[in-house]
Amino acid sequence: MTDTPFADPYADIRDAVRQLCADFPGSYWRALDRDHAYPTEFVAALTEAGYLAALIPEAYGGSGLPLAAAAAILEEIHASGGNGGACHAQMYVMGTVLRHGSEAQKAEVLPKVADGRLRLQAFGVTEPTSGTDTGAIRTFARRDGDRYIISGQKIWTSRAEHSDLMVLLARTTPAADCARKTDGLSVFLIDMKAALAEGMSIRPIRTMMNHATTEVFFDDVPVPASTLIGEEGKGFRYILSGMNAERILIAHECIGDARWFLDTATAYAKDREIFGGPIGRNQGVQFPLAKAYAEMRAAALMSERAASLYDAGAPCGAEANMAKMLAADASWAAGNACLQTHGGFGFAEEFDIERKFRETRLYQVAPVSTNLILSYIATHVLGLPRSY
Amino acid sequence: MKVIVPVKRVIDYNVKVRVKADGTGVDLANVKMSMNPFDEIAVEEAIRLKEAGVVEEIVAVSIGVKQAQETLRTALAMGADRAILIVATDDVHQDLEPLAVAKLLKAVVDEEAPQMVICGKQAIDNDMNATGQMLSALLGWSQATFASEVKVEGDSAQVTREVDGGLQTISVKLPAVVSVDLRLNEPRYASLPNIMKAKKKPLEEKTPADYGVDVSPRLTVVSTAEPATRSAGVKVADVAELVAKLKDEAGVL
Ligand SMILES: Cc1cc2nc3c(=O)[nH]c(=O)nc-3n(C[C@H](O)[C@H](O)[C@H](O)COP(=O)(O)OP(=O)(O)OC[C@H]3O[C@@H](n4cnc5c(N)ncnc54)[C@H](O)[C@@H]3O)c2cc1C
Repeated sequence: MTDTPFADPYADIRDAVRQLCADFPGSYWRALDRDHAYPTEFVAALTEAGYLAALIPEAYGGSGLPLAAAAAILEEIHASGGNGGACHAQMYVMGTVLRHGSEAQKAEVLPKVADGRLRLQAFGVTEPTSGTDTGAIRTFARRDGDRYIISGQKIWTSRAEHSDLMVLLARTTPAADCARKTDGLSVFLIDMKAALAEGMSIRPIRTMMNHATTEVFFDDVPVPASTLIGEEGKGFRYILSGMNAERILIAHECIGDARWFLDTATAYAKDREIFGGPIGRNQGVQFPLAKAYAEMRAAALMSERAASLYDAGAPCGAEANMAKMLAADASWAAGNACLQTHGGFGFAEEFDIERKFRETRLYQVAPVSTNLILSYIATHVLGLPRSY
Repeated sequence: MKVIVPVKRVIDYNVKVRVKADGTGVDLANVKMSMNPFDEIAVEEAIRLKEAGVVEEIVAVSIGVKQAQETLRTALAMGADRAILIVATDDVHQDLEPLAVAKLLKAVVDEEAPQMVICGKQAIDNDMNATGQMLSALLGWSQATFASEVKVEGDSAQVTREVDGGLQTISVKLPAVVSVDLRLNEPRYASLPNIMKAKKKPLEEKTPADYGVDVSPRLTVVSTAEPATRSAGVKVADVAELVAKLKDEAGVL
């Protein structure tokens, strides 16, 4: 399928990613899925080929590419039938350090993240009692001389067991003492091994798809004050810019999923003969695929737009959110059409459709749920009053 | 020493090939194109020789349409040092004939003076398996075709060849043309930093006129047809029926 626009500046990167992914076929992902195992070999290959360091500036050992390039890489992983969820955060969580960290923090951490010696791919924001409502988080970091003492709990902290460092959002000033509840939050760069030795614990959560997500508990865990990123109390703002990047990248993963579903469904619809002809000649089979294709292309336009705004340093909150919502909807519609096109065979694990179907469903909820995006558009773009 | 690796842009091996309605060839419009897989193996071998300290410079050469510069960039991203593109046609459907390609390569070799040309044994689009042999004839160089192992020792190369009966090892004097087979090596994929570096490596653009070579076709394609589709087989109940059918219907016994 000729999805990629004519003058795609990343055609060469896309080609190379697909070539790498060809060594990790459906059977590889199916075996991992069965055991809920981490795709260690795949992540190693991506790391070695430098893809996870795409966004890190050349001065720190990365390729210094724009977000649009990282988006192309993740899209191709998903379009190849794989999944970037095990390591995509290694690409962008470092952005918080890059944009807001001190020169010392950057020099210490970024080169090691670039070559994979340090895995910085855990991002602890969500808590059990404050999902979407980030301002209501309760994990608290209390200043104590030249250290902070952290207590609280995070949930859905993905890849915590596969990270050497975690970016953690914690409250440093009680909400009651803040003008707005998004004030008084701070960002820390947690050394996982040290924290595990000092009272932090991690508990994996088994989910509907193979996703290394966890709960992380902080039981008065001391961390050096030097782990604070930027200024105390400004953490919410620091993570917001990273969230736009995350949404744009996830949108491209969804577009990759949609492309995979449509390629797979189209090939099957041409091949499968029932009533003496290919099922794909029936409009009842064609139209859901055609519609999903149009939706995928529209979502891709929004996602590319969001990425170019981001790369130009322009405000892109609305576009990043809309891209993520439209792309997640498009991949879900494509997944559903693909499953339907395959009839009973779509349910057989061997076809990978049910696996991709479960995987792409996540993006209706994480990293931000569809309702919250609609609420963002309603209040921030249309100027309607907030319901909460 | 210097090595030249010719690389051809061909229809991607994953693409289901379709014959054009008028039978003049295969439909290549809007079809994914890639480097000929045998040429990838040739590039890889040159890089390995460079990594082993035998080769100093690798020059990739492609002859065809302007878009072949993508193929050259891939070779550069894998590890070639520079590239020469000879734009010989602007029609993606025109397949240059081996003799024309060999003449152009000879002209490049005359200019560049490499010690070795490492090429794929054939291109997967037309399966001619002729260019390397023609080039060695035009140059008057030794040739070693279908290589599954290449060792350079002093002024000669020891090449193991995959021949019908098994493996044959020969020693050829350099300079030589070596054409490579499938099992020689497993080509690496380009890393992201190398893809970015490749964009800055020199890529020189030429035309056949620059070398005084006439590339006009000498062959005419009479027709192109899809292979006949396999017809369904028959199940036999027992050995006796099988033997009977082979005797009476197939007439092979
Ligand atoms: C597999 C997985 C991985 C994740 N990885 C991470 C991670 O690495 N780091 C991290 O910090 N978080 C992570 N998350 C958390 C994710 O970001 C949250 O699940 C998500 O933001 C929703 O929060 P919640 O689950 O608490 O839902 P809730 O906030 O409880 O919302 C439940 C439902 O109610 C709706 N809702 C809530 N408020 C409103 C409203 N005002 N108006 C209308 N509808 C509303 C929501 O849209 C949602 O559908 C992950 C989640 C999953 C499932």
